[in-house]
Amino acid sequence: MQNLQALQKLLNDVGTVDQVGIDERVAKYTTRSIKKNAKVFGLKLATSMVDLTTLEGKDTPGKVASLCQKALHPHDDTDIPPTAAVCVYPAMVKHAAKYVKGTSVKIASVATAFPSGQAPLKTRLAEVRAAVADGADEIDMVINRGAFLAGELQLVQDEISAVVEACGASTLKVILETSELETYDNIRAASFLAMRVIRPGDFIKTSTGKTSANATLGNNQVMLEAIRDHYFETGIEIAMKPAGGIRTAKQALHFLVAVKETLGDAWLTNSRYRFGASALLNDLVRQLVKEKTGAYQAPYTFSESSSAY
Amino acid sequence: MPAKKIIRPAARELLFGNLWEYDPAPESAPAFIEPRYGLFINGKFVPPKTKKTFDSISPRDEAKLSEIALAGPADVDAAYQAAAAAFPAWSKLPGTERAKYLFRIARLLQDRAREFAVAETLDGGKPIKESRDFDVPMAAAHFFYHAGWADKLGYVTPGRTLEPLGVIGQVIPWNFPLLMLAWKIAPALATGNTVVIKPAETTSITALKFASILQDAGLPPGVVNIVTGAGETGAAVVNHPLAAKIAFTGSTQVGKAIQRALAGTGKRLALELGGKAANIVFEDAPLDQAVEGIINGIFFNQGHVCCAGSRLLVQESIAEKILTKLKTRLKSLRTGDPLDKNTDVGAINSKAQLARITELVESGVAEGAEIHQSSCPLPEKGFYFPPTLFSNVSQSHRIAREEIFGPVLSILTFRTPEEAVEKANNTHYGLSAGVWTDKGSRILKMSAELKAGVVWANSFNKFDPTSPFGGFKESGFGREGGKQGLLDYARLE
Repeated sequence: MQNLQALQKLLNDVGTVDQVGIDERVAKYTTRSIKKNAKVFGLKLATSMVDLTTLEGKDTPGKVASLCQKALHPHDDTDIPPTAAVCVYPAMVKHAAKYVKGTSVKIASVATAFPSGQAPLKTRLAEVRAAVADGADEIDMVINRGAFLAGELQLVQDEISAVVEACGASTLKVILETSELETYDNIRAASFLAMRVIRPGDFIKTSTGKTSANATLGNNQVMLEAIRDHYFETGIEIAMKPAGGIRTAKQALHFLVAVKETLGDAWLTNSRYRFGASALLNDLVRQLVKEKTGAYQAPYTFSESSSAY
Repeated sequence: MPAKKIIRPAARELLFGNLWEYDPAPESAPAFIEPRYGLFINGKFVPPKTKKTFDSISPRDEAKLSEIALAGPADVDAAYQAAAAAFPAWSKLPGTERAKYLFRIARLLQDRAREFAVAETLDGGKPIKESRDFDVPMAAAHFFYHAGWADKLGYVTPGRTLEPLGVIGQVIPWNFPLLMLAWKIAPALATGNTVVIKPAETTSITALKFASILQDAGLPPGVVNIVTGAGETGAAVVNHPLAAKIAFTGSTQVGKAIQRALAGTGKRLALELGGKAANIVFEDAPLDQAVEGIINGIFFNQGHVCCAGSRLLVQESIAEKILTKLKTRLKSLRTGDPLDKNTDVGAINSKAQLARITELVESGVAEGAEIHQSSCPLPEKGFYFPPTLFSNVSQSHRIAREEIFGPVLSILTFRTPEEAVEKANNTHYGLSAGVWTDKGSRILKMSAELKAGVVWANSFNKFDPTSPFGGFKESGFGREGGKQGLLDYARLE
C-alpha cells in the first residue's frame, strides 16, 4: 500500500497525462509539410543525431568495424554529416574505439544487464565501469522496471544515482523501457524519477528496442513535456533519445517537428536529441541523395538491412 | 571604478526561433471557382431578376474571387415556388430512393474534397488543414449519416411516423459555410422536405459549387434552391409565406429579429446563435492536454466558432502555471497564409469582423485586463489578427461577456467547483462548455449543472453527425444532428 502511495504522491507532484489528448496532439505533427530546404536541413540534422546501433548476440569486431565506418562516412557525399555515435555492447567498446576515438563520433555502450536489467546492482555497476574504462563516452542504462511497477520508486532512483556515479565523466542515458511501463502516467513519473538525479546533458531514453513496442510519437511527447517542465522548474537541460521503431526518414522528421514545437531550437542539436536506430540511417541518406539529384537511386543502392552496413 | 555587473540567473525560456524554418507549403490544387455565379433555382443557374451582383473577395489577400448574384424578393419567391412545386414528388419518394441521392451527394463531395477544401479556404480564410481535415470530411459525413436515416423514418419513434414539413427556409453563417450547409440540407432532404437556402454574403462560393454536385447527383430540380445575398435577401427568405419552417444559424441579434418576425405565422423555427463558452480547468487536470484543448477551443477557425471556448475558467491554484504554458504554446502557433499547409491560424473572415475584434480587444486593454499576443509575423495584405490571451479578466469586462468571434481568449479564475458553475452559467448564452479534471464523478456533476447544450469532458470542439448540437438561453433552440436534429425537420403523425 505504501508503495502504491509513492507513485500517487509523485504523480500529484508532477501531474498526470491524458492519453487521448497526447495522441491527438502528436497526430498534428504528422500533418506538418516539410519541403525543399527545410526537408534537407531536417534530414541532415536527423543524420547527425543518429546513434548507429548494433546490439546482437552475433556482433563481431568485424561487424562493429563496418558499423563505425558507416557512422563516420554515411555516404560518398561529404555534405552528409557523420552520425552522433555508435552504440554497441560493452564487449565491443574497445573494438569500436580503434575506429572512432578522436573523431566526432562518440562511443555509446548499453550496460546494466541490458535489456532486462535483471542482474544484481553490483554486477550492473561493474559493467558500467568496465565499459567506461574501455572508452565508452556514453552509457545507456536500463531502469529497474520490476521495482518501478512494484512501487519501489526510491530504489529505482537510488540505482540511477549509483549508475551516475559509476559513469564518471561519461554521459548517461536512462532507458525507461516505455512499453513495459505501459501508461503515459508511468512514463511521466519515471522521467521525473530519472531527471531528478541525472546531470545536465544526460539523456532520458524511451526503449531498448528489444520489446514489441518502442519509441512512438506519443511517448516521445510525454518525455519531451517532462523535460520542458523540469527545465522550467530547475533550469536543468535534460536531453532526449527515442529508440527503436524509427525506420524511415519521414518518421524521423515527425519526431523532430515534435522537438521543434515542444522544446524549441535549443534542443535541435545532437547534444540534446538523438535517435537510437540502425535502418533509419540508410533511409535518411536515400532521401538526401534524392533531394540532391531529384531522383531515387536504384533499390539496391541502399540496403534495407542494417546488418549490411 | 566600473559599476559591478549584476549577474541575473538566465531566464528559463524556450527559444522558438527560425533555426529550422518550414519552407512555404502552399496547397496547389485548383479550386475551380467561376468568375460569375447566378442563383441556383429549379435545378439550374439563372441570372438574378435584380440584375445586381456583388464581389466575393478572399480574406487571405483581398483578391476578388468571383461575382455573386444578388437575389431580391422576386428571386427568393421564384426559389420558393420551385421548392413548393418539387415538394409533392420529393416527399412521396420512398425513403430508400431519397437515401440514394444523399449517398450520391456524399460520395461526390468526397471525390471533389480537395477542390472544395481549397475553395473553402480561399473564400473564408480558414487554414487549409482545417478545411481539408475537418470541414469537408465532416460535411460528407453528415450526408452519409442522414442518408442512413432516410429509409428508417418509421422506426425513429415507435408507433408513429415522421412526416415532412414542406419547404424549409435556411439561412447559414460564414464561419463553416459548407459544413453548415450540410447540417441544414442533409436532415431536411432525408425527411422529405425541400429547401431554399441562403449562404452568408462573404462565403457563398462553396454553396454555389455544391449546386454542381446536386446537378451531378441528378437531384430533382427545385428540391434544393440556393439564393445569394446579404441581410435583405435573408429577410425575404425568412418572411416568405410558403416557408413551413425557418432554420437559422448566426448572431443572437438577428435571431431575435427573426423570432419576432415569425411570431404568429405558424412557421416552425430553429435558431443556433452565439455563445461565450466556459472552458473550466481544475487543478487536478492533465495540464498539457488541457492547454492543448484550450488552444484548440479558442483558435480553431480563428475563433470564428459559436461554441468556441472563449472564457477560460482556471482554478486559482494553477492559474499562473496555465498562463505560462499557454504563453509558451502561443510561440509555436503559426498564423499566416491559410493556404499554407503548416498554418494553424488563418485569416479573419472579413474586414468588418476584423474591426469588431480589434474594437473589443481595445476595450479589454482599456478596462485593465493584461494582454499577451503571439509575435508571429502577419502577412501584409489580407485580414489577420494575432492569437491573443487576456489574463486578469473579471466577469464585468466586455471581453468576458460579449461574443468576440475571433482568436481572443479571456482568462478568469475560480476557487471552488460551485463558483466555477456560477461563473460559467453567468452569461446570456448557453451553447457549450468544457470541463478538465482527472476526477470522473466531477465531470458528471458539472455536466448536469452547466446550462449548455454541449459539455465536453477533457476535450473541446468535438463534433459528430450522430451527436445533437444546439443551445440554451440566448444561444437558441432546436437541435442539429442525431435523432433530435432529425425530429426537428418532421411532424410526428
